[in-house]
Amino acid sequence: MQTMTMTEWLVILGGLAAIAWVNWYFFLAGRTAAVHAVVAAGRGDAGESAAGSSPAQVTITVDGGYSPQQVRVKAGQPVRLVFDRKDSGSCSEEVVLPDFGVRKFLPTGQRTTIEITPPRAGRYDFSCGMSMLRGAIIAED
Amino acid sequence: MSTSLKPGASEARTGKEANGGAIGTETIRIPVSGMTCAACQSRVQKTLAKQPGVSDAAVNLMMKSATVTYDPSAVTPDGLVEAIRSTGYGADLANPDQTAFEEQEARDRAQDEEYHDFRRKAIVSGIIGVIAMIVSMPLMSRLAADAHGHGASGESGDPFMRWAMRVLDPFFRSATPWLYDVPVGVTTGLLLAATIGVMLWAGRHFYTRAWAAFRHHSADMNTLVAVGTGAAFVYSLVATVMPEFFTSRGVPADVYYEAVVIIIALILTGNMFEARARKQTSSALRALVSLQPKTARVVRFGEEVDAPVDTVERSETIVVRPGERIPTDGQVIQGESAVDESMLTGESLPVSKKPGHRVIGGTINRTGAFRYTATTLGADSMLAQIVKLMRDAQGSRAPIQRLADTISGIFVPIVLSIAIATFVGWFVLADAAPAVRGFAAAVAVLIIACPCAMGLAVPTAVMVATGKGAELGVLIKGGEALQQAGGITTMVLDKTGTVTEGRPTVTDVIPTGAYVSRTDDLLRLVASLETSSEHPLADAIVRHAKDRGLALATPEGFQAVSGRGAQGIIDGVGVAVGNEEFMRDWAVDPSPMRDDAERLAGEGRTPMYVAIDGTLAGVVAVADPIKTTSTEAIARFRAMGLEVVMLTGDNQRTAEAIARQAGIDRVVAGVLPEGKVAEVKRLQAEGKTVAMVGDGINDGPAIAQADVGIGIGTGTDIAMEAADVVLMRGDLRSAAHAIELSRRTMRTMKQNLFWAFVYNVIGIPIAAGLLYPVFGLLLSPILASAAMAFSSVSVVTNSLRLRTARIV
Repeated sequence: MQTMTMTEWLVILGGLAAIAWVNWYFFLAGRTAAVHAVVAAGRGDAGESAAGSSPAQVTITVDGGYSPQQVRVKAGQPVRLVFDRKDSGSCSEEVVLPDFGVRKFLPTGQRTTIEITPPRAGRYDFSCGMSMLRGAIIAED
Repeated sequence: MSTSLKPGASEARTGKEANGGAIGTETIRIPVSGMTCAACQSRVQKTLAKQPGVSDAAVNLMMKSATVTYDPSAVTPDGLVEAIRSTGYGADLANPDQTAFEEQEARDRAQDEEYHDFRRKAIVSGIIGVIAMIVSMPLMSRLAADAHGHGASGESGDPFMRWAMRVLDPFFRSATPWLYDVPVGVTTGLLLAATIGVMLWAGRHFYTRAWAAFRHHSADMNTLVAVGTGAAFVYSLVATVMPEFFTSRGVPADVYYEAVVIIIALILTGNMFEARARKQTSSALRALVSLQPKTARVVRFGEEVDAPVDTVERSETIVVRPGERIPTDGQVIQGESAVDESMLTGESLPVSKKPGHRVIGGTINRTGAFRYTATTLGADSMLAQIVKLMRDAQGSRAPIQRLADTISGIFVPIVLSIAIATFVGWFVLADAAPAVRGFAAAVAVLIIACPCAMGLAVPTAVMVATGKGAELGVLIKGGEALQQAGGITTMVLDKTGTVTEGRPTVTDVIPTGAYVSRTDDLLRLVASLETSSEHPLADAIVRHAKDRGLALATPEGFQAVSGRGAQGIIDGVGVAVGNEEFMRDWAVDPSPMRDDAERLAGEGRTPMYVAIDGTLAGVVAVADPIKTTSTEAIARFRAMGLEVVMLTGDNQRTAEAIARQAGIDRVVAGVLPEGKVAEVKRLQAEGKTVAMVGDGINDGPAIAQADVGIGIGTGTDIAMEAADVVLMRGDLRSAAHAIELSRRTMRTMKQNLFWAFVYNVIGIPIAAGLLYPVFGLLLSPILASAAMAFSSVSVVTNSLRLRTARIV
């Protein structure tokens, strides 16, 4: 094989840089930039009044992904997850919470409420029906 | 009826709600209970009308419901329910099975829309793609000629392109020679316009969704399609607008417009088939949900009215005519009929129903009309419980899926990396047109990779299998249960009620002495004595005598000796029934009948001696007969290679006799209910994977301990906590169905995962060109997109094959 030209070296370097960037962006940056929401019992978002009896509530926007991607809640307390689906991809049409045996259809443009009670502290993953979009509920004591 | 009744009004308004309540108000129907008169009705109506935000409230006494039009920003449905409750009547929002029904409808609607949308876009972009392909022929052949000039090999490595050049090019050259006279600039301009149109209209969702995912630092199938087609488009755009950018570097300025359009068309076609197939995976659940009738013919205020089923209350009387679906669970009070329960229990023969019998909501009344009392309603009803179990099962995950999940999570970025590496590799290593071919290979890698097939491999199989199970009368509680049941080695069966009927019956009446030809007289005396006994076997004797039409008398001076027998005087005759010791107590010699008694005991029956007026008169034997289906089921377990073990509280001798008749090789006798758990644990300690079949009441702990607990559904309690699998009828053959179905499902899951992995593992390297140096094989992006489009369809279709699997 003949010696490599300058252009070829540049393409190799550029390719390595691009690969590094792809892996950084989707793996490392994705982990640190995940949006968190913290929900305390009896408190909710969207102007929900702090009624003592009503469970904590958090709205999760579904639009090519879940935001917030992680929700911190108190273990043993009921929490109301309101999935607000904005996109119409067939991937996001269902949300699955395997630990709670929930597979729920989310109509586009609607808010769908799922109430769960994480029994103990730990991580409860949720995903879309094809497990491409992922999120998690982190229950803490 | 009072004038404020508005029959049909509720329907009209709920219809509006379905259309979205365009004018800032919503309409809701709330079932109201406890209203008995027109006064109650007007009170509820006035209270509702006074609520803030309520523009209209109509309360219907016969329908027991309120239809309220309200402004959702001023009052919530919960607030309306509270308002009704404040008047002293009961109110609840629509029950869960109703929402299950609505959810299923919404899902079906969305999936239908999606399917039609995909189909329209696939057809239109497909047509444009074919035209673009034809129009591009002159460009391609010119290119091939150019490539010759540049020293590249004239033959393309891609089979499709080779075919196009050899067959299509000469054909169009002779059929439409004018095409070859159109200036290149005009052709590319037209193609550019058409491609932009297709990308923006048919393919827009690929780009918007890819972008949305990108912002979340995640990537999916859309990312791959968007990057692949996007790159091909940008390349072609540069070649169109600034051809000198390429030509000055010695690279022909060719365009890939037709590839972009055809890739989009093919992927849309794949999506279309996938949408259709995915809809079918939940067809069993849809069928179950649709079993629930929406109205019931209820007797209210002495009249039969058609009322919404969610307004029916406990202990209301419901009228069912032949051919109608039974609206709720209940107990027959009047009339007789045969009911088809096959949709819920898998039992193919109609079940006879008489007063006192239970009926199940959702089943079909066949022959007669009857009235029944509603018992369990709403979420507690059998149908709602089954639907809930199935939905839970379909939302669960099989452990086998974990690997696929992990891989699909890192899949897309890795494919992007491979695509970049592919381009670099070609650029550096190829001796002719490195940039062009490297670029085509990179795009092919992006397009052929399919994470969806992996994501669909297991869940679609779980969905189809649980649906198939429900059709067979077997409720499997989730992916994990399916997987476990597919791998068991030992079947543990509880004897009473599982292998046997669980209801003792008289098997033999053998008279002797003065009663030799007077069997019925003997039976009448024994049964009359037993009418005063509380012994479980006594009931069997009394039933047997009544079935034979014997008139029973009441005994005088009844005396029972626990564990031995009973005696009393009937019509002036002294009767004693019991075991050998009991006979001796009464100075009766049992020896003439001892051979008979021994033989009966050896067959697993319980013999009892009868003495009349101090003389031996005969032997009566009672046994809990083996279900006719059990022997067949046990033979099937053994044919499946399973070890069959029976647990029973009976003595060794009876247990062995039963086991022999049923074809069971291993028996554990004398097990107390609490000992069953230990027995299951012992088998597990031997390294066996154990399935335990029991009735779920006494056997709950053992069922929970087993690797797979199989509960026989009794009555309305089908949601047994401990059981992983619930059999809808007491037929042991359904346990065999459950195992068989689970094994097949495991096979399907493994096939799916294998093909999904292998597809990518083989497809990506071929697309990257690894086979090119040796075989000269290369895939064009167009072939890659065809392969990708049908990979996920094939996985879903393979899962759907479970629907038609013959499990008998």
